Amino acid sequence: MRTYLIAAWLLTFWLTLVSWQSATVPEKLSDYGFFTGDLAHQRPAAGVVPYTLNTPLFSDYAEKLRFIQLPPGQSVTYTDTAVLHFPVGTTLIKTFYYPHDFRDPAKGRRLLETRLLVHQPGGWKALVYVWNPEQTDAVLEVAGDTKTVQYVDAQGTARQHAYGIPNLNQCKGCHNRQEVLTPIGPSVRQLNGDLAYAGTGKGDNQLLHWHRTGMLTGMPPLADCPKTPVWNQPETGSLNDRARAWLDINCAHCHNPQGPAMTSGLNLSVGETNPTALGILKTPVAAGRGSGGHAFDIVPGKPEASILIYRLYSTDPGDRMPELGRKTVHTESLELLRAWIKAMK
Amino acid sequence: MKPALLLLTTWLYASTLYAQSDVQKRYQTKLIMADDGSTIELDAGSFTFTSSLSLQDKKRIVIRGKGIDKTVLSFKGQTDGAEGLRVSNGENIVIENLTVQDTKGDGIKTMNVKGITFRNVKVEWTGPPKSTNGGYGLYPVQCDNVLIEGCTAIGASDAGIYVGQSRGIIVKNSKAYHNVAGIEIENSRDADVFDNEAYENTGGILVFDLPDLVQKQGGNVRVFNNHVHDNNLPNFAPEGNIVASVAEGTGLLILAANGIEVFNNRFIRNQSIGTGIISYLFTQRTITDQAYYPFSTAISIHDNVYERNPGPASARGSWGELFKDILKTGPQMPHILYDGIVDPATLEPNGKPLPDRRICIRNNKNQSLITLDAGQGFKNMSRDAVPFDCQLPPLKAPALNAR
Repeated sequence: MRTYLIAAWLLTFWLTLVSWQSATVPEKLSDYGFFTGDLAHQRPAAGVVPYTLNTPLFSDYAEKLRFIQLPPGQSVTYTDTAVLHFPVGTTLIKTFYYPHDFRDPAKGRRLLETRLLVHQPGGWKALVYVWNPEQTDAVLEVAGDTKTVQYVDAQGTARQHAYGIPNLNQCKGCHNRQEVLTPIGPSVRQLNGDLAYAGTGKGDNQLLHWHRTGMLTGMPPLADCPKTPVWNQPETGSLNDRARAWLDINCAHCHNPQGPAMTSGLNLSVGETNPTALGILKTPVAAGRGSGGHAFDIVPGKPEASILIYRLYSTDPGDRMPELGRKTVHTESLELLRAWIKAMK
Repeated sequence: MKPALLLLTTWLYASTLYAQSDVQKRYQTKLIMADDGSTIELDAGSFTFTSSLSLQDKKRIVIRGKGIDKTVLSFKGQTDGAEGLRVSNGENIVIENLTVQDTKGDGIKTMNVKGITFRNVKVEWTGPPKSTNGGYGLYPVQCDNVLIEGCTAIGASDAGIYVGQSRGIIVKNSKAYHNVAGIEIENSRDADVFDNEAYENTGGILVFDLPDLVQKQGGNVRVFNNHVHDNNLPNFAPEGNIVASVAEGTGLLILAANGIEVFNNRFIRNQSIGTGIISYLFTQRTITDQAYYPFSTAISIHDNVYERNPGPASARGSWGELFKDILKTGPQMPHILYDGIVDPATLEPNGKPLPDRRICIRNNKNQSLITLDAGQGFKNMSRDAVPFDCQLPPLKAPALNAR
């Protein structure tokens, strides 16, 4: 009887220990071993592969370094209708930084945060690591933070503004499909572009690279893979295609029929074909003061009368869109969207 | 003495600032780390937040303050996130005994929650009502089992208490004033709104069905035992929003809603429209949503009390012209207004409405009504109440499973 009790106690102790260990999240970014050498240089270790997107989400002009680590020996199966279905064990790594001077990378940079999306057996999990002022490591932060950033922008103007680091709930504010935490960026169409890999010196198509190195299986000929245009490169797509690409990556993670903004009835996914759902002559539902006094989301030919432009221009937290991750005006994309609405008939 | 006092004040001020940023982090961490089934107790005092607080993916959580105006969460000077408190994807969540103030956008938004209770919660925008106030005070949307009791909403530039695209709803013992709309039930099914006081809003209570939404059709809504009075506040909603077209002086407005019973309410001194029943077509907005039903049918208004002060309606703008025309048909504004736009498919061959789709108005104190004939260019406005003298079977109370 007594031996039995001791055995039961030991078992409980062991189970507690195991569950405690599996639930433990590394405190520091360096604990993962994603990078070699000086952590701030962000040189990927073996098995960690950099990637880039054709048209990325705007995050207050922050630059981003993206990496993927697949579980050893595993690959992703080609699918071009949604974000790639990465196997359990995958980690997506994204470091946000500001160059001190956007015109001259040699002047150095300040790393702010590294976000991880970790694919666990129970689903994706989001984690945020905030870089220390010494830039030697980044530390886990669940509750978010606000930092002040200073830099010289691409036009040579000195700028200073607040930069928001999301809390863990806010991660799911965007990474959310039917209440399931989901990656947004790495789809075939977004990855179908060139990246200069270390040691090669010249650009290589990312899909071909992934295919060659065994990361991606079942890929059709490259010519058959869809491709998101680069929003600010007219040679990559028509005005309409570039505007829709920008709206897709910046808005459609919420504004889709399975996303957090489904209640609005506005769907800005690249595949939406119903003009009303896309906002054309659609009246607002719960915009409140976000309407800016305008009657419709998009008025063809009239960007100045369109709620969409008003909300992308506003920096007031009660009006602005997206709700998170934007405190500044993205002048360049607004020009694109204004031209797009202006050209609409 | 004086320098010491100054020093002390400065020190207190500085430490308060620090403590408040600390409070944001502390409460947000609590909300993130809360185990299912736990209670998050908020201290007494006034706390300033610069960013939304959020709770998500949790079950059986109670967020409890020390009481209305005792625990005050102020979002004045908010820089991040549109709402004050946001709850998403939860089950059986209770928010009680606290005040949320001056959020940039909505006060408390809850989305995709099965079982959400707001009890003794006040949401307010301080200062005079203005269009830069947030849209909704209490804002459950796409929720099941919504219970709102003992709550107060003040100053919303859209609706103080707003239930949208939800199912199974009770709003009771609550107060809404100085909002554009006091209480609004929109695209929602199975709702009881009773024992509330809605006053000094532009419109007291609204029951609306709007197009282009995920949950298409509401209905089975009962509005009873409410005191709806003095809703004559000039409309301060930002243009573009449907509530911007509500006339000041509106007690209750039913828009494109079906299966509504309104009884035992007191509609007092709502100077334009005691109770209005209109179709979405009346708003002259375009409809592209094929699945949307724009008519109001199966509506029963009985055993209410209507009173108003003598004199013209108080509304301005496009409503003003209409009210002038109405006053040409009789000396006083009628208490009940019906636009007269009917769905031809709900008419029998003899032109009378199908029994279960009728609009019935009976047994109200001081009852008077006008049918606008809005579908025919207002040609045959009529104060004849006889066509509406009927009774529909009473609606059932919603079965609610909330804590």
